[in-house]
Amino acid sequence: MPEHILLRHRDVPDIDQLDVYRKHGGFDSLKAVVTGKTPQEVIDIVKAAGLRGRGGAGFPTGVKWGFLSPNVFPRYVVANADESEPGTYKDREIMERNPFQFLEGVAICCYAAQAETAYVYCRGEFWDLAHDLEQKIDEMHKAGLLGERIFGTKFNLSIYVHLGAGAYICGEETALLESLEGKLGQPRLRPPFPAAEGLYAKPTVVNNVETLTNLPPILAHGVDWYRSIGTEKSPGPKIFCLSGHVEKPGNYELPLGTTFRELIYEHGGGVAGGRALKAILPAGASAPLLPATDEVLDTPMDYESVPKVGSQLGSASVIVMDETVDIAWLSQKTTNFFKHESCGKCTPCREGTFWLNNILRRINQGRAKAEDIDLLEAVAKGMTGKCLCALGEFSVMPVLSGLDLFRSDFEDHIGDGR
Amino acid sequence: MLAEKHRSAIDTILKKFPPDRKRSAVLPLLYLAQHEYGAITDEAVAEIAELAGVDPTQVASLVGFYTLFHEGPGGAYRIQICTDLPCALRGAAQFADELCARLGIRMGETTSDGLITVEEVKCLAACDRAPMFQLQDNEGIHYHENQTVESAMALIAMLRERQSDA
Repeated sequence: MPEHILLRHRDVPDIDQLDVYRKHGGFDSLKAVVTGKTPQEVIDIVKAAGLRGRGGAGFPTGVKWGFLSPNVFPRYVVANADESEPGTYKDREIMERNPFQFLEGVAICCYAAQAETAYVYCRGEFWDLAHDLEQKIDEMHKAGLLGERIFGTKFNLSIYVHLGAGAYICGEETALLESLEGKLGQPRLRPPFPAAEGLYAKPTVVNNVETLTNLPPILAHGVDWYRSIGTEKSPGPKIFCLSGHVEKPGNYELPLGTTFRELIYEHGGGVAGGRALKAILPAGASAPLLPATDEVLDTPMDYESVPKVGSQLGSASVIVMDETVDIAWLSQKTTNFFKHESCGKCTPCREGTFWLNNILRRINQGRAKAEDIDLLEAVAKGMTGKCLCALGEFSVMPVLSGLDLFRSDFEDHIGDGR
Repeated sequence: MLAEKHRSAIDTILKKFPPDRKRSAVLPLLYLAQHEYGAITDEAVAEIAELAGVDPTQVASLVGFYTLFHEGPGGAYRIQICTDLPCALRGAAQFADELCARLGIRMGETTSDGLITVEEVKCLAACDRAPMFQLQDNEGIHYHENQTVESAMALIAMLRERQSDA
């Protein structure tokens, strides 16, 4: 792609300024939609474009909007800006550097969902970013792009920024809604899904920041243009967050379907120090490890292809491990993360991550017996399919895939059991 | 009292939510209280419960759940270093160890002058700019990225100066 569609600030200086953004077509999509299309027409366009949720699940965005309970109001739109998956830092760059395209996306989503109130739920650590975003929202109010009777129509809209306070689980959409209601960030039992009963038990759309940022260009350039980027089932651009042992870590906006090899070696400059690649986590801590085989490296990064080699695309936060990395150490890192972030609501996750962490610590300290590796595997398998939300399900993936692919890394730590 | 001293800030917070959904204001009010008192005191919990129309227990339970709220006084500044996997692959643990050694404290401790607490935290969405930390004080949270022990020590020296001027 010659130009950035999402990270437009890399091509257009000062696009975080309202006048510059408008000079480059900013808010033309919102105006066209609000003055010339019905909400249903917008939903149909987004469905036809094939946009899929960029927060990790890859669920078709227009289909998600279509689930809103008919004729129930008020409705809400919540932008999920709780970006906390280890290795993920794309939404932050969008909101810091190209904030109006994101906010225009929020407004288009609100029009389609027939919502007059939107909340941007930012993780609390994004303190500076959130305060800047509030200023941008003020500027939009002053310019008549928010408030009452936008573009002289009957459409009213307010956008508020809400800060979380340090809890990974609030990225899970129902935990986020609980948190936004002023409660503990613990996932709800589903159904009902947020489209039926979301914020304050009203129909609610929860979309990721990057997903929403795709909307203005889709509405501006059309379905055929959008579908010309990416693959048939995974259309559009994606921001890949590349981290770990690479020469040039960073965000790379590329078409979905770009291979791991192209991302790591062409864009990322290869493994740092010219060392050999050992493993890849393609979706932060929340997916199985992939080995450094040619088959994996030549796999297109899209929602269909990554599962075929045994993992997930998720939020496309690609963490690269070189040959020096001990997978037993890595497993404890990811497990400790999930143990810390488990919300405590369901037993398999709360107790399971606690015990996985204990066993892995014992292994890494050389205090484990050979049968502890079997115990680790048994606890991880015992949690699988039994947790209330994805956090618990994800937590075992680096462990089980690590055991499967790199079991000797664990066995090397086995001491005499004292 | 928060209600008297920060009336307009409280009104701004409450206006974001439907009138019968004041409970949504609890997290923003906790930030306001932490700014005012330096920690979430029992008094603050009671005041927030009153403002949001909920039970004090419901407010107190959030303080333990969300990591950015503090019940006890720490240093005036908290240096919260991300040592999660992507940062660890880029030297965050070594950075954290060396910084603690230079400050003469262990991880989680506060310098003897009460200025700096160093803590380990989970991923802060800055993985390409490790080593990094966030600096939390009563005023807010700011990111410091692509750090070395020297750059962090220079920042700490500046904070010390600011403190002695105050």
